[in-house]
Amino acid sequence: MLAQQLLNGLVVSGVYALFSLGFTLVFGIQRILNLAHGAVFMTGAMVAYYTVDGGGPLWLAFILAIIVSGCLSVLVEITCFRRLRKTGDEEFGGVVSSIGAGLVITTIAQQISSTQILRFPFETFPVVIFRFWDLRVSMLQLFMAGAALVMVLILGYLFYKTAFGRRVRAVTDNERAATLMGINPNRIYMQTYFLAGALAGAAGVLVGLAFNSISFVMGEPYMMFGFAIIILGGLGSIPGALLASVIFGMVQTLTIAYLPSGLTDTIIFAALFLILLVRPHGLLGQEDAGNLGGRR
Amino acid sequence: MLELRDLKVAYSGIQALRGVPLDVAKGETVALIGPNGAGKSSLLNAISGIVQPESGTVTVEGADLTGARPWDVTKAGVLQVPEGRKVFSEMTVLENLLVGETALHGRAPTFDLDAVYEVFPILDERRDQRAGSLSGGQQQMLVIGRALMGGPRLLLLDEPSLGLAPVIIAQVFEALASLQERGLTILLIEQNAHLALQASDRAYVIEQGHIVKSGVSAELADDPEVTALYLGHA
Repeated sequence: MLAQQLLNGLVVSGVYALFSLGFTLVFGIQRILNLAHGAVFMTGAMVAYYTVDGGGPLWLAFILAIIVSGCLSVLVEITCFRRLRKTGDEEFGGVVSSIGAGLVITTIAQQISSTQILRFPFETFPVVIFRFWDLRVSMLQLFMAGAALVMVLILGYLFYKTAFGRRVRAVTDNERAATLMGINPNRIYMQTYFLAGALAGAAGVLVGLAFNSISFVMGEPYMMFGFAIIILGGLGSIPGALLASVIFGMVQTLTIAYLPSGLTDTIIFAALFLILLVRPHGLLGQEDAGNLGGRR
Repeated sequence: MLELRDLKVAYSGIQALRGVPLDVAKGETVALIGPNGAGKSSLLNAISGIVQPESGTVTVEGADLTGARPWDVTKAGVLQVPEGRKVFSEMTVLENLLVGETALHGRAPTFDLDAVYEVFPILDERRDQRAGSLSGGQQQMLVIGRALMGGPRLLLLDEPSLGLAPVIIAQVFEALASLQERGLTILLIEQNAHLALQASDRAYVIEQGHIVKSGVSAELADDPEVTALYLGHA
């Protein structure tokens, strides 16, 4: 039983990781909280649903969802943040403008879906259950865990092993110095937002498949969890977001399994509070993570 | 190589440069000296595209770079080494150097990793260390090395001696001398006029946004006014 729950927890953690990696990536590079990230996640699920609904295969739905979410995320960067950056007021202004963008996207999705909860047709993802030892794993769970793992590995490779990743980290570290080395930060921002949106969109499709329930408000709880995760992991820290996603997914799954369901969020956020008492900058965060002025 | 004509820069109404002419010929080292706030950094930042000049022109090898964006300025091979040792502190020494290659934009490199390590052997020893953990002098060497990786035709150096111990300053300027021997063109900004005049062929003196004196460095070093104002001894 415990092993089964740990396994389930790991699958949930993967989805959280996809969602919060993009969130923390954007914060890391711009010190901006992109509160439209949940709406981008929802858009991924919607695009996948309508692709399948229109007769498209699931793999196409997945790819379209990733591309559309990525592009939408870039659009958010251009409309919500780029102009504010020129005024130097992006820290708080960006929070407000991205809430606005999130509302616009959510409302459009509400119109398109007629405020309905959408469900993939039966067997969109083949229902196959594997049993080994005493565990049950569905093919969907394996796919979710696999997809999350592959995407995290690709992101890690891009970020730490390629010239592109070095440029992103250089802009994150010191934008002025990066500019003087020939890097156009606006281009890096667009690429980063695309990656962040693509990961969120992928997470949206996986969640949509797992619960077979897609609605225009599905991004909201994830926004909340994602926010908690990146604070727990340390704002802007990629390894921190991964670690916190696993902790978060595990604690959530285990409390749901073993304790009265109303207690889940209470326990999670109480734990978050306690951890932040001991480590105010999060598990792997840096002291000046929230400090926009310090890196200019 | 570099020609500035009547360059004016203002920050929210405050005039930092009031019409500066300045020339750097290929292969020479030119120093710009003057007190704090005279407009030295504004001049470098106007060349690099960090600030937009109000009027005047910046020409590099005949190409007009006035008002170009910073990344486009690097395409012309004009690379600034910013003051304050702005390394990418969370990245390793090697990664910092590799970021420098971005400035090549497809041009052929003039310094590869080995050439940079030859100028600054300590960077080779510390290649896998986090740049933020280096000493001040090593960070200064790293930012110069990083710019070298970008294939500079003109290197703009902003206060390389700032905040360094005399023995470290000597090391940095020794390295600069070896770059000069390799024919690199350098525009050097320094508060330490003594050092700057020693290291350069020609020099300009800037005060309150005006060039007040210019000439061969060795002659300026003997100029009674310069001596009294900037060299601190008669």
